[in-house]
Amino acid sequence: MSALTDLTLAEAARLLAAKKVSATELTQAHVDAIEALASLNAFIVTTPERALADAKRADGRIAAGEAGPLEGIPLAIKDLFCTAGIQTTAASRILGGFVPPYESTVSANLWRDGAVCLGKTNLDEFAMGSSNTTSAYGNVVNPWKRRGDNRDLVPGGSSGGSAAAVAARLCLGATATDTGGSIRQPAAFTGTVGIKPTYGRCSRWGIVAFASSLDQAGPMARTVEDCAILLRSMAGHDPKDSTSADIAVPDFAAALGHGVKGLRIGVPKEYRLEGLSPEIAALWEQGIAWLKEAGCTIHEIGLPHAKYALPAYYIVAPAEASSNLARYDGVRFGLRVPGDSLDAQYEATRGEGFGAEVRRRIMIGTYVLSAGYYDAYYLKAQKVRALIARDFDVAWESVDAILTPATPNAAFAIGENQDDPVTMYLNDIFTVTANLAGLPGIAVPAGLDASGLPLGLQVIGRAFDEETVFRVGRAIEQAAGFTAMPQLRAGA
Amino acid sequence: MTYTLEGTTGTWEVVVGLEVHAQVISQSKLFSGAATAFGAEPNTQVSFVDAAFPGMLPVINGECVAQAVRTGLGLNAQINLESRFDRKNYFYADLPAGYQISQYQHPIVGTGVVTIDLADGTTKEIGITRLHLEQDAGKSLHDQHPTKSYIDLNRAGVALMEIVSEPDIRSPEEAGAYLTKLRQILRYLGTCDGNMEEGSMRADVNVSVRKAGEAYRTRCEVKNVNSIRFVMQAVEAEARRQIAVWEEGGEVAQETRLFDSARGTTRSMRSKEHAHDYRYFPDPDLLPLVLDAGWVESLKAKLPELPDAKAARFMRDYGLPAYDARVLVAEQATADFYEAVAIGRDAKLAANWMMGDFFAALNRTGRTIADSPVSAANLGKLIDLIADATINGRIAKEVFEAMVETGDDPTAIVDAKGLRQVTDTGAIDAAVAEVLARNADKVAEYRSGKDKLFGFFVGQVMKAMAGKGNPALVNDVLRKQLG
Amino acid sequence: MSLDADTIRRIATLARIRVAEDEVATLQGELNGILAWIEQLNAVDTDGIAPLTGAAHMALKMREDVVSDGNIRDKVLANAPERIGPDEAFFAVPKVVE
Ligand SMILES: [Mg+2]
Ligand SMILES: [Zn+2]
Repeated sequence: MSALTDLTLAEAARLLAAKKVSATELTQAHVDAIEALASLNAFIVTTPERALADAKRADGRIAAGEAGPLEGIPLAIKDLFCTAGIQTTAASRILGGFVPPYESTVSANLWRDGAVCLGKTNLDEFAMGSSNTTSAYGNVVNPWKRRGDNRDLVPGGSSGGSAAAVAARLCLGATATDTGGSIRQPAAFTGTVGIKPTYGRCSRWGIVAFASSLDQAGPMARTVEDCAILLRSMAGHDPKDSTSADIAVPDFAAALGHGVKGLRIGVPKEYRLEGLSPEIAALWEQGIAWLKEAGCTIHEIGLPHAKYALPAYYIVAPAEASSNLARYDGVRFGLRVPGDSLDAQYEATRGEGFGAEVRRRIMIGTYVLSAGYYDAYYLKAQKVRALIARDFDVAWESVDAILTPATPNAAFAIGENQDDPVTMYLNDIFTVTANLAGLPGIAVPAGLDASGLPLGLQVIGRAFDEETVFRVGRAIEQAAGFTAMPQLRAGA
Repeated sequence: MTYTLEGTTGTWEVVVGLEVHAQVISQSKLFSGAATAFGAEPNTQVSFVDAAFPGMLPVINGECVAQAVRTGLGLNAQINLESRFDRKNYFYADLPAGYQISQYQHPIVGTGVVTIDLADGTTKEIGITRLHLEQDAGKSLHDQHPTKSYIDLNRAGVALMEIVSEPDIRSPEEAGAYLTKLRQILRYLGTCDGNMEEGSMRADVNVSVRKAGEAYRTRCEVKNVNSIRFVMQAVEAEARRQIAVWEEGGEVAQETRLFDSARGTTRSMRSKEHAHDYRYFPDPDLLPLVLDAGWVESLKAKLPELPDAKAARFMRDYGLPAYDARVLVAEQATADFYEAVAIGRDAKLAANWMMGDFFAALNRTGRTIADSPVSAANLGKLIDLIADATINGRIAKEVFEAMVETGDDPTAIVDAKGLRQVTDTGAIDAAVAEVLARNADKVAEYRSGKDKLFGFFVGQVMKAMAGKGNPALVNDVLRKQLG
Repeated sequence: MSLDADTIRRIATLARIRVAEDEVATLQGELNGILAWIEQLNAVDTDGIAPLTGAAHMALKMREDVVSDGNIRDKVLANAPERIGPDEAFFAVPKVVE
C-alpha cells in the first residue's frame, strides 16, 4: 500500500473524486504507516478510530456527490490546535489530560471541507523551540539521516511532528503554526513545503497562544500545490478572532497556473551574513538563477534592520508568552501541583508543569515587561519592529517577492546546538522578519547539502499576496525537481 | 466651610481622590457573549473566554463602548477617538487569564468635570482624570470552607468603567456628594444602575492628609468600599489614622487598605503585601479601538437631559427654588413624575405636594415612584381640584390620604365622600349667622377689639360646614356679618 | 544590564514559577546570555519611531450586545483539577486570606 502514502494531496483528491481510491483505503494506509513509524514520535495522540469514521463518512459523501474540497484527505493536526473531545497538550505537562470541549476554527474548517483526522502531532512545548526537543512527550525524530551517519536528527521546530509526519508520508498534509519560523524551518529540515500566511489570514481562535501578535497557522505538505489547497480551506475571516482579516480567500491553487514571468524578485543584501555557510549561499544563488530563467527579474534590495529582527523577536515573543501562559495555573484545567497557599500552588504547578525552555522564556518576558525595563526592552523592540516593517514597505515599491534561504543550516543531530539558548535561536534568523512584519513566507525544498540533507529556500511576499508567494514557490519547486526522499518513510 | 481635623500638632486638611468602578449596563460581557445578570447560579454565566481556556480570544462588545462614551459625554469629558486595551498582569484566583484587560496608557475617556452639591447650598467642581473600560474579576468566597476558597466566574469579564477623580475632594461630605452626583449621572444615562449593595458600583478611596499650604503627602488606597456612608466614614477614619501616624513621628506607608465597617476603621490588606508589578503592555489579541466622530455625535444627540441641566430648567421654567429643584431631579423618575404633575398647573404647588405629603406617603408605605399608589395624573387632578376651588387645602389632605390608600381618582373620592367645597353664599351666610348667634359673648369681645378671635370664628364656621366651606368666602361673610 | 540572583528570584516570584536554589545560578547565566545578545538592539536609532504593537492593520470590530454564550457550567468545570461546594459548582483553591 506504499503507493497510497506516496500520493500528493492533489493526486489523492483526484483519485478519490474519480472513485479510483476510497477514503477508507487511503486512511487505512496512513493509519498503518503511523503505526509502523511510531518510532519517529511524530504524534502525541493518534485517532485511528476517528480517522476511519471520518473516512467512512467521506466515502458516503463522495458517493452522494456531496464531496467537499478535502473530502477523504487524511491530515495530521499540530497539538497546539484545540480539538473537541481529543486531548490537546501543546506538548506541555501543564496541559496534561486537557480535553477541549471546542474545536479550533482552522481545524473545524478542514473537517467542514471533508478532511480526515489522523491525530495530533508533536511539537516543541508551547511551540517554543526550533528542534522539537522541548516537548514533554519526547523528541521527534527527523525521517532524514545524514549519509553514512545513523544518528537521529531533529526535524526542526516547533512544528517538528507535523514536518516529520508529512516527510515520512504518515499524512498527506498537516496543520502547523509559525511564530518565528516554526513552519518554515521544520519544512526546510524535512524536505517539505510549509507556508506561514499573512498575519490575520487564518483564525487564531482555538489555537493555544504563544505570542499573539506573531502566531499564525499554516499548512505543511509535500508540494506547493498541496499547501495552496490546504490553505484555502484553513483560511478565512473569523469574527471570534479580532485580528482575523475580513478579506476574501482566493483560490490559491488556481494562481499557480499563472507562472512567474515578469515578477520582480528582491534579494536582500543584508542576508548575506558573515559566516553564511557556502552551501546555503550556493543554494541561494541557484534559486536566483532558477527564477531568472523562469522569467523573473532580480533586484538587490536593502532590509537594513533585518539583522535586528531576531533579538527584537526574543523580546516581543517572550513578553507576550509570559502573559499568555499565565492562565496555566492549576485552577480550571490541566496539571495542579498542590501547595498550602494559593501562591505556593501556582509556583509548584508552574514550576513543574513548564519545561526549561518555556520557563526561560516566561522569565525573560516577565523581566522585559517589568517596572523600569519596559522602555528599554519591550518598547525598544516594538520600535525596531516598526523599522523592520518599514523596510519591507520600501522593498515592495520595487519588488513583488523576496527570495532568501529558509535556514542557516540543515537539520542537526539531537543534542547539538543544545548548550546555549542563543545558538538555537539563530535557526530562525531568516524566517523571523516575516513574523514581525506579518508577511506571508513559504519554505520550499531546493536541494541537498553535502551529507544528503534537504535545504530550503524562502519566498516572502506582500501582506495578503500569498498567490505570488505560491507562484514563486512553485517555480522553485519545478526548477529544483526535488525528488529525494527521507530514509524513514512509509513503505520504505 | 472648610473641613479640617485637629491634631496635637495643629490643623490637618484631608485630600481625597476616588476611583469608582461602575458596572456597565449591558446584556453580555465586555469580551464574551456570556450574560451579565446579577444573582445567577455559580459559574453558569461563564464562557470559555471568561474562564481563559487555551486558545480563547476576546471580541469587544460595541454596546459597552457606547456606554463608556455616553458616560464620558455625561461627565463633560474628552472622548478619545483612538484608545487601546492593555493587559494588567497579576495572579489571583478569580482572575482566570492571569491578566485583566484594561486601558492603561490610552483610555477611551479623558479629563472631565462633575459639579457636586453641598448641604450649605454651594456647589464645587471635582475634576475627572479619566474613564476607562476594563474587565471585572470573578468572585472568591473565602468563608465557605476551613481551608479552601470557592471561585465563581460569573462576574469575570463583565464590563466596568473605572472613573478616576482628581484629588479635589476635601471632606467626607464632598466625597459623599461626589458619589451621589456621579451615581445620579450614571443612572440618568442608563450606563450603570449604581447599585452599591450588589457591587455594581464600588469605590477605592485614596486618602492623604496635610497641613495647610503643604504639598501632597503619601496616600493610602482604601479598596472596594461599598456604600456612600462607608466611603464617608472611611475618609475620616483613614485621615485620623494617618494624622496619628504623622504626629507620633512616624511615616505613612503607601499601601492598600480595607475598611472594616463594623469597627469603623481601616486595616492593611495582607494579600497585597508584596509590591505589585503589573507589567502592562498592549493586548496583542485586540486592535486599537477607533471611534467614528459621527458615531460619538449621534450618541451625544441622544443623551438624556442630565440632573444639573434639569435642575436649572426647573428653576427657570417652574420658578422653583434651588433646593426644590435639586430634590426633584435626584432621580430621573422623580423628575419625570414631577413634570407630569406640574405642567399646566401651579408648579410651586405641585413641588410642595410632592416634597411634602407625597414623599411622606412613599416613605410611610415603603413604596417608590415606580410603584407609587398615587399616579402623577391623579396627583395632578388633586391639584386641579384645589385650583378650581372644588375642594380646599384641608379637604385635599383628606382626599390625598384616601388616594394613597385606594389609588383612586381624587374626583371620585371627592364625589363619593361628598367633599366638594361649599361656595353657595346662602349656606355660608346661614352657617356664619348660626355661629355668631351661638357665641354672642365672643362676638362682643371681638367687636371691642379682640381681633385674634377672627380665627376662632373661621374654625367654628368650617367645623359647622364639615370643613367644606370655601375659606375665602367664609372669611368674606364673617367679616361682613361681624361688621 | 546584568541580572543578579535576587532579580532572578524576584522574576520567578512575579511569574509564579518555583525555582530551586540550585537552579538560580544556571538561570542567571542563561538569562544574562540572552539579554546580552539582545543588547545589540541598542545600536538601532529609534528616535521618533512609533512602536508597532502588532501586524494587523485594522481597527477593532465591535460585537453586538447579545447573550450568545455561557450556560455551559459542566463544560467549563469538566477539566478542573478540583471542584467544590453545592453541586461542585465552584473551582477550588487553597484558602486566600485578604
Ligand atoms: Mg484602584
Ligand atoms: Zn480598575
